[in-house]
Amino acid sequence: MKKFMYVNRHAPHGTIYPLEGLEVVLIGAAFDQDVSMAFIGDGVFQLNKGQDTGALGMKNSAPTYGALGDYEVTKLYVEQESLDERGLELNDLMNLTWEDEEADWVEKPSIRVVSRAQLSDLLEQQDVILNF
Amino acid sequence: MKFSVMVNEGPYTHQAADTAYHFTRAVLDAGHEIFRIFFYHDGVHNGTRMSTPPQDDRHIVDRWSELAHDHDIDLVVCVAAAQRRGILDKDEAKRNGKDGDNIAPGFRISGLGQLIEAGIEADRLLVFGD
Amino acid sequence: MLHTVNKSPFDSHSLQTCLGLAKAGSDILLIEDAVYAVMSGTAVTSMVESAMSSSTIYALEPDLRARGIGFEKMISGINLVGYDGFVELAVTNDKVQSWL
Repeated sequence: MKKFMYVNRHAPHGTIYPLEGLEVVLIGAAFDQDVSMAFIGDGVFQLNKGQDTGALGMKNSAPTYGALGDYEVTKLYVEQESLDERGLELNDLMNLTWEDEEADWVEKPSIRVVSRAQLSDLLEQQDVILNF
Repeated sequence: MKFSVMVNEGPYTHQAADTAYHFTRAVLDAGHEIFRIFFYHDGVHNGTRMSTPPQDDRHIVDRWSELAHDHDIDLVVCVAAAQRRGILDKDEAKRNGKDGDNIAPGFRISGLGQLIEAGIEADRLLVFGD
Repeated sequence: MLHTVNKSPFDSHSLQTCLGLAKAGSDILLIEDAVYAVMSGTAVTSMVESAMSSSTIYALEPDLRARGIGFEKMISGINLVGYDGFVELAVTNDKVQSWL
């Protein structure tokens, strides 16, 4: 089993990278590897609450993040410094959860806010890093 | 050592396809193996046989096809990204009711699972993009 | 880990993000437009020089030549490599992170 990390640095909708990146994560979830996602820089905007692409006539990928927990992608690391630079707090982000079957299916948050230093450690621990 | 390469941008607009190609050549020259080259996002445009660049410049698509032919390299274009951008083989064209196909020789269209497998099977995965 | 950066440091935050997250002892390879970061006397020179105290910075020579960056303009201590050196760096590090 390899540790796969998907690094997200693009804001949503302005480019297709977040949406197509998410498609890789969901397909990858079926391969029984240790999967996590990192949101750095403008990537943190992907998790903004209340995204509505109706007036743009574009598919809204935001609700798909809600399915990640069901696909056992439960580690979404968000860089604290990136949030601070953008005036965002955890409260501004979607409430993404997963159900821990080893703890009576209790709902736990998937978003883990980490410092730059912690994220640096996490990157070192990976076997494969993809970038979107 | 086994390498997998991911190409995220199309030919000419970004240098990514060139850097990926030169890196791939260097991997082979050093005696290592290329497990797969996976084309995603606009990278799928590397697989169109309709590309007709000026004669005095490199032919990026043909270069990939030659690489596949000469070194038996697996060039995979992601089906979902290809459908969005209109890169089709005969099967895809038929399945989607299109009047033609345009995939270049040496490329095959397949799913994202091939990218994950490329990451699992290779010792190193490199991503070239914008 | 080998980190690659491909965008100009004057145009993008990629190099800054990379240097902020790369651990001491990393190999950092500048490719494509990122090679402009090797020039001395620019707005990013001190950021690059600072990184050199804890990591090893490489630049892809074909990209430098393409852009007319003369060796006399380079920050001293930057290591130039060809594509063969790029492969070597990928082999000797345990993985590669591409800061696109």
